Formats: sequence, C-alpha cells, structure tokens
Amino acid sequence: MKINDFVTIIPGQPTLSLILLILLLMVGLYMGRNTVHSVINIVMRIVYASLRFAARSLGLTEQKLRARNKEVLLELGKEQVERQLEREFFRVNAVVEKDLGGYPALQRVIADQIARIEEDYKESGQMAPPPPDWVKAVEAVGRLHLETKGNGVAVEVLKNIHETSIKQQKQALEEYRSSMSTRHKLLQTTLPYWRKLTNTVDEVGESMKALTERARDIDHKMSRYEEIRGGTEKAERTLRASSITQFFVSLFVVAIAAGGAVINFNLIALPMSEMVGAASRIGAYKISDIAALVIIFVEISMGLYLMEALRFTKLFPIIGAMNDRLRHRMIWITFAILFTLACMESSLAFMRDQIAADLSALRLSLSQANGVAAAPSVNSWIPMVGQMIMGFVLPFALTFVAIPLESLVHGARTLFGDVLVWLIRMLAFTLRLLGNIFRHLGTLLTQVYDMFIFVPLWLEGILRERPRKAQQPASQAVQTVDSKTDFWVEEVAK
Amino acid sequence: MKKLIGIALSVLLFGCSDSVSNSRGVYLLLDTSGTYTKELDKAQQIINYLLGTLDPGDSLVVARIDSGSFSEKDIIAKATFDSRPSVANAQKRAFAGKVDQFMKSIKGSAYTDISGGLLQAVEFMNEAGVGKKYALIFSDLKEELPEGFVRDFDLTLDGFSVIALNVTKLRSDNVNPQEYLSRLEDWKVKVRQGGGEWRVINDLDREDILNIS
Repeated sequence: MKINDFVTIIPGQPTLSLILLILLLMVGLYMGRNTVHSVINIVMRIVYASLRFAARSLGLTEQKLRARNKEVLLELGKEQVERQLEREFFRVNAVVEKDLGGYPALQRVIADQIARIEEDYKESGQMAPPPPDWVKAVEAVGRLHLETKGNGVAVEVLKNIHETSIKQQKQALEEYRSSMSTRHKLLQTTLPYWRKLTNTVDEVGESMKALTERARDIDHKMSRYEEIRGGTEKAERTLRASSITQFFVSLFVVAIAAGGAVINFNLIALPMSEMVGAASRIGAYKISDIAALVIIFVEISMGLYLMEALRFTKLFPIIGAMNDRLRHRMIWITFAILFTLACMESSLAFMRDQIAADLSALRLSLSQANGVAAAPSVNSWIPMVGQMIMGFVLPFALTFVAIPLESLVHGARTLFGDVLVWLIRMLAFTLRLLGNIFRHLGTLLTQVYDMFIFVPLWLEGILRERPRKAQQPASQAVQTVDSKTDFWVEEVAK
Repeated sequence: MKKLIGIALSVLLFGCSDSVSNSRGVYLLLDTSGTYTKELDKAQQIINYLLGTLDPGDSLVVARIDSGSFSEKDIIAKATFDSRPSVANAQKRAFAGKVDQFMKSIKGSAYTDISGGLLQAVEFMNEAGVGKKYALIFSDLKEELPEGFVRDFDLTLDGFSVIALNVTKLRSDNVNPQEYLSRLEDWKVKVRQGGGEWRVINDLDREDILNIS
C-alpha cells in the first residue's frame, strides 16, 4: 500500500481525502488529548525530578567535599603553625638556656662590680676639714698684738707664729692635694667597672629584646593558630592562597630537580652498560638505562628517608614516630647509602669519560682510515673532573627534593580538591539547567500538541461558552500552571 | 625527560616480562668481480661507518660475492659485538683490521653470484636471531653465474631490509639505460616478492642515509 493510496480515502478526490484525513487525525488527537498531556507531563516530571535529584545529590557531595577540603586545609595549616610554634619555642628555650641560664652568675658579677664601685666611691669621699681651732688661736694672737704694742719679744713671737702659719698652710695644702689625687685615682679605677657593668646590662637588655621579639612572634602565631582552630573564613582564605602559591613554587622546584635527575641519568646510563651490559632490553629500553634510572630512584628514596628522619618533612608518619635512637641510626644508614651511591656515581662518571674517549678514539681511527683529517683534541681532564664532581654532588642535591615534594603533595591536595568541587558544582548546575529545560519542554510540548488540534479546542470553547452564557456554569475545567512544578494542570473551577 | 618517563613506564609494565631482542644485524655483500674491485674503497668507507654506528649487541658480517657465494668461506669478517662497550670497541678494531687486510689482498672473481650471497645472508641472519635484519649489497647487481649453477629459487626475506649500494652503470647500460633500470626493477621485484624491503643508495658521501636504526 503506497502513501498515495493511504491518503486517497475517497477515490478520485485527493484533496477531499486529505481534508478528511486531517479532520480524522484532529479528532483522534483531540480524543487522546488528556492522555497525551498526562504522558508528556509525567515523563517530563520524571526526567525533571531525576535531574533535580541528581543535582541535589551532587550539591550535597559538593558541600561534603568542600567541608572535607576545609578540614584538610585547616589541619595542614594547623600542623604548619604548630611546627613553626614548636621551632619558636625551641629558639626561646635556646635563648633562655644560653642567656637567662647564666643569669645567677651574671647577677653575681654585677653585684660584685657594684660592691667594688661602692667601696671605691666610699674611699674617694672627701676628708672632713680639720676643726677650726686655729681661728681662736688667731684671735688670741691678735689680742696679744694689741696689748703688747711695740714689745720686741712679742713681735718676735708673732713673726715666728706667722712663719709657722705659712708653713702649716703649705703643708695642709699639699696634704689636701695629695688626698685629692688619691681620690681621683680611686675614681679612675672605678671607670672599667662602670664600663663592664654597662656592657653586661646592655647584653642583658639585648637578650631581653630578642626574647620580647620572639614572644611577639609567638603571640602572632598563636593568634593565627587560634584562628585556624576556630575555622574562620579568614584563616581558610589565607591558607588556601598560601597553599596554592606553595604548590606552584614547589612545582617549579620539583621541575628543576627533574632536570637534575635527567642530567644525572645521562651521566650514569652509558657506564652502567659496562656493568650490566647494553644489549639486553626490557620493552624498547636498554637494561643499562633502566639500571641507571633505578639508581636515581633509590637516591631519591634515600633522600626522602633522610629528610624524614631529620624531621624536615612529614611524609611517612612511621619514621617520625620512631624513637630518637632508631631515628639517628636511620639517619646514619641513609646517609651512608647516599654517600656510597654518590661515590659510585662519581666513579661511573669517570668510567663514562673513559668509554667516551675510547669510542671517540675508535671513530677517529676509522675516519682516518677513510682519509678524513682528525680534529685537534681538547684537554679532556676538565670535563672529566666536572663530571665526577657532578656525579658526587647530584645525589645529595636530589635529597633535598623531599622538601618541595611534600609541599607539592599538600598543595596538590588542596588544589585538586578545589578543582573537584568546582567540577561537581558545574555538573550540578548543568543538571539543574537540564531539569528546568525539560520542565518547560513539557509545557511547550503540550502547547504544541494543542496547536495541532486547535479546531476541536476552539469548537469546545464555543460549546462551553454557550451554556455558561445561558446560565452560570456549575463547573469549568481550567488549565492553570502549578506554582510548585510549573506544569500545566487542569483544574475544575466551581 | 620523555625517555625517563618511557623507561619508568616500561619498568612498570614489562618488569616481569622476558627481554626482547632489539639488536641489529647487518650483512654486507661485496662484489669482487673483475670490473667492480676498483669500487671497493668506497665499501671500506661504509664498513667503517657501520663499525662506528653499531651498538653493543649488534652483529656485522662482511662477505664477498664471487663465482659461488652461497658458502661460509666467503665471509671475510663477522662479529656480534659484546654487551660491554669497551669490549665491543676492541672487537670493532679487530674487525676493521681484518677488513683492511682483505682489501689489500683482494683478487677479482670471474663470475658474480649475488643470489647465492643473499641466500647466505638470509640463512646467517635467521640463525643469529637478530631483531632487525639488513642485507647490504655493494654491487652493480649484474649477476653472472658459472655454467651449471642454478639460482632460480624464491628468497624468503620477511623482516629484511635489502639495500643496494653504489649500483654502478656498466658500459652496456650507457648504450641502453633500460638495461640498468630493468636490472634494478628485477631485483626490486625479487626482494619484494620475498617479503623484504628494497632500497637503492648510490650517493655514498652521505652514509647517514643508510638509516640503520
């Protein structure tokens, strides 16, 4: 049966057939209107509800993840500040032990110095002037001079008295000068004591100043610590910014270390072929290359353990929790292994130079056989020594990669946590958006459906209007929009 | 850096697997027929290049093409280089010495049995179990067999790269260049039908275009 046959219901009347078919279709669609509307509404509601449920679940996951991220961030920050505080207290302890620990002795020294100064000061005190008896003697002699005027004996006596007085005055003046000089000398001797005392007090002052500064630092860190403990927004923001900065800085340093590892690899790969052979391969790579890489990995691992045992990093809690004796042993063992590997690398670098020189000599002899002129050779001991030094230094340099690696790991946790939260948020938003699109799509589809059956609907409207005009209608079906779901709902208005 | 990552991954992925042969094997056939012996200086240049290029674990064989080349007696020098570079270098020196000695005492042969030489190369390389196989033919590719010699067999050259080096033009080629082109085409068809890869290199000033890697 062709489409044309199907369309031509009335033979020879295609237009009429088409109109009849459309009318039949309209009637059919009109009759199934309520069912189709319900189906569209239900399907769209299911899709909408599912998407909304998924979005809500993702929202909850996002909240949980954000809370977890915050928890981790604050915990990391707390640990960091605790470490800083611990170091500050350690420093304060060192200051107290070094400076304040010697304070009793210092106090004794100061007390001795003060006692000496006091003694000297007392000794340098001015002598009390002799009692003024000579005034009475002068008065008596004056009276004698008036009473015995012109008496030769008296004149002689007075002359003698005068001479004696002058002599006495000179003697008293000399004694006074001598005593003054002695006092000055005594005061001179107190000068070093004063200086010493000033220096000692200054030293104490400096120590106290440093201690005050440390105390201020500790106060600052303690307030930060309390903020972190309180989980404030400010603390979280600060820690997040700091963590991301640390991540990128660590990434940069780790990239530099990776460059060092590459150089190290090239330094030892060729001589390793002399030890393990260059012919065997695993996959596409020579065993000697793999052996060189393993050595570098061992060096990095030893570096991690060493840094951990020295408590510079906290990547392996089990090492940090070891007792001090065991930890010290571990420090020495890892250092010994590193030192051995460094020596081995240095000798491998030497061997590399030998192999390279041999290969170069072979190629030179082969090229000379071909009639190619040999290039003048450069002094080869400088690169050889350079290679040996590099071979020795690089393993130790790689040791320190543990520090930025720890920061990188911590920073990456924060960064990837944030990225994950952002992705979940975006996904939830997309699902919500899709849900809303489907919700309105349901409404749109029902309207589009009604568009195809506008004629019966129009007729229905007229038929409904007529009895309403004749008498107030008992009830009327009205299509309204549900405020909760935004779906078209048919209500019966009374 | 890529190499390091590759090695790390291969260690992780193939850590427990058996080692795979990635070594190279090069079999160089030298045409010692009367007219071609003048060209052998260039062959020595190629041999020296190969000695400088091949790594420990690789194999190199130099054999001559004479009247009946399907024979081990035609091998001038052969070596599988030791896995230690220092030992491999010593082997290369000895190899170069042997080739040098041969070049000084070379005698031209009356006929040119290239097919026999190539078959010998295939046999040897398959037996050696090398990973990448190269057969280098230093010849004008004009095969001339003694009476009674049969060489109408199919070669099995799966995994082989056959490289014709310094294919000189003969006097007759100058008269009729089609002869030269047909000769090259015949060998190309023969090698490709055997499953091998065919290349011709005439510019020997650039040894690196040999591209043996």
